[in-house]
Amino acid sequence: MKSLKNHFSLIIALFTVLASVQIYVAVDRTIAAYESHLKNDYSVIVVANKALTQQEFKSMSSMVDRTEPISTNQVLERLKGEMSPKNLELLKLTLPKFFRLYLNRFPTPREINQLQTKLEKNPAIQRVEGFSQTHDTVYKLMLLFKDVVQIFSMAIAAVTSLLILKEMRLWQFQHADRMSIMALFGAPVWLRSAVLFRLAIVDAIIATLILCLAFFLIDYYGFLTAQLKTIGISVELFNFVNDALRSLAIALGISVALTFTIVMFQHEEE
Amino acid sequence: MDNVITADNLSLSYKDFETIISKATFSIQSGSFVFITGASGSGKSTLLKSFYGAIEPRQGSLIVGGVKMNRISTSKLNFLRRHIGIVFQDYKLIKEWTIEKNVMLPLIISGYTGDVSGAQVQKLLGHVKLSHQAGKYPPELSGGEQQRVAMARALAHNPILILADEPTGNLDDYSSSVIWNLLEGANTQLKTTVVVVTHHIPDGLSIPYKHYHIEFGTINEIA
Repeated sequence: MKSLKNHFSLIIALFTVLASVQIYVAVDRTIAAYESHLKNDYSVIVVANKALTQQEFKSMSSMVDRTEPISTNQVLERLKGEMSPKNLELLKLTLPKFFRLYLNRFPTPREINQLQTKLEKNPAIQRVEGFSQTHDTVYKLMLLFKDVVQIFSMAIAAVTSLLILKEMRLWQFQHADRMSIMALFGAPVWLRSAVLFRLAIVDAIIATLILCLAFFLIDYYGFLTAQLKTIGISVELFNFVNDALRSLAIALGISVALTFTIVMFQHEEE
Repeated sequence: MDNVITADNLSLSYKDFETIISKATFSIQSGSFVFITGASGSGKSTLLKSFYGAIEPRQGSLIVGGVKMNRISTSKLNFLRRHIGIVFQDYKLIKEWTIEKNVMLPLIISGYTGDVSGAQVQKLLGHVKLSHQAGKYPPELSGGEQQRVAMARALAHNPILILADEPTGNLDDYSSSVIWNLLEGANTQLKTTVVVVTHHIPDGLSIPYKHYHIEFGTINEIA
């Protein structure tokens, strides 16, 4: 029972680290999906004194994905009753050309400024509106959220690593008799500590399996996916191949590295 | 004949405490049977510990199995210990392991696997009359039985040297006789060097032996 309790302590600590990493990954994916969602809605408005082709815009900046001329017909239609057809035709000729520029990714505020500068260098372009004020607020909020999750994950990883280290010292103490007897018969350090490594590896695998189960349940009941769908985002929170393998690698890395640390520390003491 | 143990002006002490063994010079020949006696606290167990590297010489030199024990590296010490069989007064069996696996320990450490070690363990358990207890755990056995297991373990890897610290100190007559018979057998049949630390040399030993006595930190050979 006592041994089981020791296993639980390490498994829970490892699970916490894995969960915090996976939450960070899921948030990152959600933000990436949201950026893609925003990218589709986001466009830059350009006012030029002559018609420009999509190719011309693309040669000005590689960020430009596609362009769309904004028709002035609607405005001119409204003026039909107030102006003579001749004046209207004259106005049509003198009116500037409006374009909507869609980008190939969601830009950072700095990228918007750079794009504006590049476009404004073209003598045909009179004005560029990047809506950077609105964009700025949304983007900074997203980055802030991502940073908070990252700091939170790192703090959890640091604290739980210390807990794991403490737990392994307890293990080492529990197996001290066996290890010292093996040492008396000339067992090398790795063989004496094999039991610790075995426990660390088994617990890392169990912690990964629990993480997979937790995300499977989240996926199965779909409450998080449903919430994300309400803001138009569809994202894979946990990939049962790549994420599971990465989590296993992290769990094994942490537990084996910490076991190695205490074994070496013990060896130095001897 | 070669010496298995050579001590030259050997002094032993625990860290900065009082010297326990002072400037001892002696040698133990390969294939001999040696008793080291002395009163409680005379330093006989400390001397035995120095033979398997649990305590380092403070002064002088000590060579065991051709390996110099002064400032010995961990890898050299491990190598030496794989060629020594040790019997402790408190048995030092691994409680979580079966009797069979305990006896197998030196073979596991030396890298023997499967059938070879299994057959050797069965043979040794037969010698110590514990074949029927192979699957049990040390706490399930009496003190005498545990010491017989420790004896079997010490012999498992055919060591060049057996070191025994009060091997029959707390044992009944039957277990004591089994232990002495095994030690005698290892010495006469396998030519293994045996060094035994004890309070009393048992009566009726059929083999020639050497006797060292420790008193006030000095070692004297008793004729």
